[in-house]
Amino acid sequence: MSMLEFENVTLKFGGLTAVNDLSFEVQEGEVFAIVGPNGAGKSTVFNLISRFYDPYAGSIRFDGHDLLQVKPSGVAEYGVARTFQNIELFEHATVLQNLLVGRHRHRKTNLVSEILFTPSARRQELENREKVEEIIDFLDLQAFRDKMISGLPYGVRKVVEVARALATDPKLLLLDEPASGLSVEETTDMRWWIDDIRRQMGITVLMVEHDMGLVSGVSDRVLAMADGAKLALGTPAEVQSHPAVVEAYLGKAS
Amino acid sequence: MRIVFKTDYMQDIRPWKDSFQLTMYLILLVIVAAAPWLLDDFYLGELTNVLIWAIAGLGLMILTGHTGQVSLGHAAFLAFGCYANVILIEAGVPFLIAFPLAGILTGIAGVTVAIPALRLHGIYLAIFTMALSILMDDVIVLAEPITGGVAGKYLGGVEIFGHLVDRWATPDQFFWLVLIVAIFVTLGYINLLRAPLGRSFIAVRDSEVSAQAMGVDVAKTKTLSFALSCAVTGWAGALMGLYAGAFNNETFSVIISIQLLMMIVIGGLGSIHGAFLGAIVIGFLPQFLSISKEYVAAAFGGNTVAIPGLEFGIFGAILICFILFEPMGMYGRWLKIRTWFELFPFYRKDMFKRQKSYLKTERLR
Repeated sequence: MSMLEFENVTLKFGGLTAVNDLSFEVQEGEVFAIVGPNGAGKSTVFNLISRFYDPYAGSIRFDGHDLLQVKPSGVAEYGVARTFQNIELFEHATVLQNLLVGRHRHRKTNLVSEILFTPSARRQELENREKVEEIIDFLDLQAFRDKMISGLPYGVRKVVEVARALATDPKLLLLDEPASGLSVEETTDMRWWIDDIRRQMGITVLMVEHDMGLVSGVSDRVLAMADGAKLALGTPAEVQSHPAVVEAYLGKAS
Repeated sequence: MRIVFKTDYMQDIRPWKDSFQLTMYLILLVIVAAAPWLLDDFYLGELTNVLIWAIAGLGLMILTGHTGQVSLGHAAFLAFGCYANVILIEAGVPFLIAFPLAGILTGIAGVTVAIPALRLHGIYLAIFTMALSILMDDVIVLAEPITGGVAGKYLGGVEIFGHLVDRWATPDQFFWLVLIVAIFVTLGYINLLRAPLGRSFIAVRDSEVSAQAMGVDVAKTKTLSFALSCAVTGWAGALMGLYAGAFNNETFSVIISIQLLMMIVIGGLGSIHGAFLGAIVIGFLPQFLSISKEYVAAAFGGNTVAIPGLEFGIFGAILICFILFEPMGMYGRWLKIRTWFELFPFYRKDMFKRQKSYLKTERLR
């Protein structure tokens, strides 16, 4: 069953066509990667899903819902979580607080019960904390639990961002360049984590990544893009040997 | 060095870290509550003033310190709360109903302001709210039939269960009234910060884009922050009216707005302590200056002629020093001192180096 459907989506910024008549489907339970040279429109695809941009034409559907009908904050309510290419954490909050913000979509209390901190608010906090601790265990973040984000090294921030996305308990996880700036070992860790996220947690993963080792290691299907349009779609091996992809990266053989 | 071992999630959810910390705060509370027996009427009045400023500071802290929306217009909401309270009391509403209602009305006024303000960020929001503060001055003059215009209004004491609570006649009763309001506001604030709403405020402050991606409705959160902030400020305004007794359009000028913002910056943005520490500086600085002026005059044989603008000059200098050397305010400095003692002798100079000041505006926009 397809979880996310892009149908003939076009997005223009003035005269620039950032995404051009793009159609693809992400199946439930798979790891789907988007690759392409810089400026191909990969991150724009993510920002379209997050509703930061309105497409010029086409439709985006998630799990049977028309995403174009909801507010940006409504996307998370349906169960889509994401990370950002240039880490967007809450700098002046602890790791724990960051992850707890991820639980926001499960909030059942209201203004009054929170200001009075009623037993229901307390219970909710405990439940949230339990969920968050599972993720802290999963991603080995115990040592950083009470640390401020502003004092953490880059590699840890990258993991915290994944953790925060997982804390929302998503059905679909969007990872925008999860391995960019990471060392070889950190990338390997990330690879196993993505694998586990899919296998243990049953979360569908859609990622943008330049590291072909990581892409071919974890993804089931790959979409190659250039200049906002689809070049090729298939297994990692198929896409890597596709003539149009080779041409986009290396240029035409003369 | 005190190490708290955590064995239960409640230890992080409870407002106090351990029983030692709780005891310290309770001792502080008892000492403050006993102030009418410890201080003479003059200093008790000053302490009351500090507490009222602290409540106003808590109000602005919600919006500026925790949601990252700068407001230079909170004097307008102080005025709104003050006039709402007095007008309700004059209409025959008992104080115990009029007072909470004044805050709620100010909160509603805050929401109506928040809706156009949602589109504004950083400096533009500061200008917008400052204009609001200037506007309020004129509105009070123009709405003379309700507000008394330039002549202003006068409010003597109020009655609570037959007790007269008045700044001059019963300063101790008035002090306890202010203290109770301050305690309730602080407790509500603490609860807010450990609940999802308070965290969503912080999320909006630090990164609107990712707050949105986490399912936080940014517009709704900012509006709520405005509402809560203005309600608390309204209560502070109502108390200020009671404290001043007589007030008119000039009581809540734009200078008060600026002073309020300076206060929470000096105290430390993004912390409840900051509002109180800043209020202590604001409240005691004029007294401190006049006392030290007499001392200087006595020591060097000068005269004690008032120097116009001295208070604001020194205040400005203090603010500049804080922004340059301690952007995290007095509370930030206190955290460093405490860490120094806790970690002695392992404190390193650069431990807090990466922490930058608040008030980041926006990205992606």
